[in-house]
Amino acid sequence: MHAQAQPLDNTQAGDTKPGRVVRLYTPPATITGKLWNWRYLILRRLTQFGILAMFFGTARYGWEVAGRPLLSGNLSASEFMGVIPMADPFAVLQQLLTLHVLDKEVLIGAAIILGFYALIGGRSFCGWVCPVNLITDAAAWLRAKLRVPDFCNLSRSVRMWALILSLALSALLGVAAFEWVSPISMLHREVVFGAGLGLTAILGIFLFDLLVVKHGWCGHLCPLGAFYCLAGCATQLRVRFDDSTCTRCVECVRVCPEPHVLNFKQAADKGMVTSGDCTNCGRCITICPEDSLSFDLKPLIKQHNLNASQQARRPA
Amino acid sequence: MEARRREFLLKTAQGAALAACGGFIWSHLVRQEASAAVLALRPPGALPENDFAAQCIKCGQCANACPYDTLKMATAGSNMPIGTPYFEPRKVPCYMCQDIPCVPPCPTGALAKSLKDINKARMGLAVIDEENCLSWLGLRCEVCYRVCPVKGKAITVETHPRQISKHAMFVPLVHAEHCTGCGLCEQACPTQEAAIRVVNPKLVQGKIGEHYRLGWKREDQITQDFGAAPTPTEPADQAVAPKKAPGMDTLNQGIDF
Repeated sequence: MHAQAQPLDNTQAGDTKPGRVVRLYTPPATITGKLWNWRYLILRRLTQFGILAMFFGTARYGWEVAGRPLLSGNLSASEFMGVIPMADPFAVLQQLLTLHVLDKEVLIGAAIILGFYALIGGRSFCGWVCPVNLITDAAAWLRAKLRVPDFCNLSRSVRMWALILSLALSALLGVAAFEWVSPISMLHREVVFGAGLGLTAILGIFLFDLLVVKHGWCGHLCPLGAFYCLAGCATQLRVRFDDSTCTRCVECVRVCPEPHVLNFKQAADKGMVTSGDCTNCGRCITICPEDSLSFDLKPLIKQHNLNASQQARRPA
Repeated sequence: MEARRREFLLKTAQGAALAACGGFIWSHLVRQEASAAVLALRPPGALPENDFAAQCIKCGQCANACPYDTLKMATAGSNMPIGTPYFEPRKVPCYMCQDIPCVPPCPTGALAKSLKDINKARMGLAVIDEENCLSWLGLRCEVCYRVCPVKGKAITVETHPRQISKHAMFVPLVHAEHCTGCGLCEQACPTQEAAIRVVNPKLVQGKIGEHYRLGWKREDQITQDFGAAPTPTEPADQAVAPKKAPGMDTLNQGIDF
């Protein structure tokens, strides 16, 4: 059910490539170089804050474009410009399991969002949209600074159990079980509509990630993340992996919040990161000293692989 | 093979045990949240509470559409089910917009789009604390009656003996059949703490049961064999049509106009 690869297996197994000098990542000295290196981080923060700001402005100040509310609602369900409905497909799935008939707006909205992530986004909700990512990234950053040791080990499959449980409990209790207590929903709702005690749940997540388990919430517990792992596993946008230039310096594995997705053997085989657990955060791309990683579309990667293999077969 | 099977079974059992423990706590949390629902006054057109709890996705589009900022989204720890829309009439009542702008944005149908007439909304029921109501204490107030948008139907004013005074009291009475629960009365009530309040009907409304017959009411009359009474051929109202000139009563009798 779940990839259990240990991140450092690659090096421990003596998987370094012979005959190439292993260079480690050196941060650029210039400001422009730094900004370029942080490009995905900056873009991710812009989308995360931008989406929250649009929700907030529409709710609080009644932002309108051409007389239509800009983005009304929150991440659970919303409407863009009074036309395009959007909805959290996981919340809708839970609601459907309570055996209630929902109006078509929310079903269309959920289909739009699910379609987007299934075709293009993959699990990028977690890295690019979810506001909890801001909290957990801050915790992970501070954790690295303080060199906090692991308090205990937690299997990444716990989130799959949480996913199953939220669906089963929805059917049993007659309400969307995760949506009712989701700290993610609490956070964006209380940012958009006014703060309350939900922010203490967020503080709890921050402390858990900081002091208890590394990447504890997003990487181990969150059933919504698990849902997008499954929903986005056939996405067309992937991190391309160029095996010919890779020196196995494992800098990418070190910064990846889901390090098991960087399985070099598999990645070399397919020419890309294939696991649905990848959040498309782009950390690995910007840190790679050899530029072996980049965002690309699956058909293009396959074409590239085909060309490469044909070239390899041709006698020199 | 035997060892691997054993390991697999143990792992599964461990996962299932963890899930079961988590499930108990989780379901307790959800049920506790849901149990607070009886205190919440919902937007117009809200489905019965169980269906509403299942269908509301907590997106707040109803609250965004409300022009008076009546609707709030419950925060965690607010003694309301987390994230659901509600309103507090003493702060901001529902002004019963004729076009009901809060209902169409609801994407899930938790607010029923079949509600076209705001007077048919049933957000709650006004109840009067007769011991602290100025009118019931014998003063002239009737503010709730004046502000009621369904005036003369949801709240009526009835005369009532005023102990040793010669003048009658005018006391407000709420009629659940017409009360929408908008809360304008609760907001307007001049007492320090509102003596008329909107609450979930489930908390206050009784039900006499099907077996009672109020035989003195025409529509409830029954015959000896418990069948419905035959409708009278001649309406009683016609039989006692007033013969006096309008406006005549004991006070102005005998005066020649």
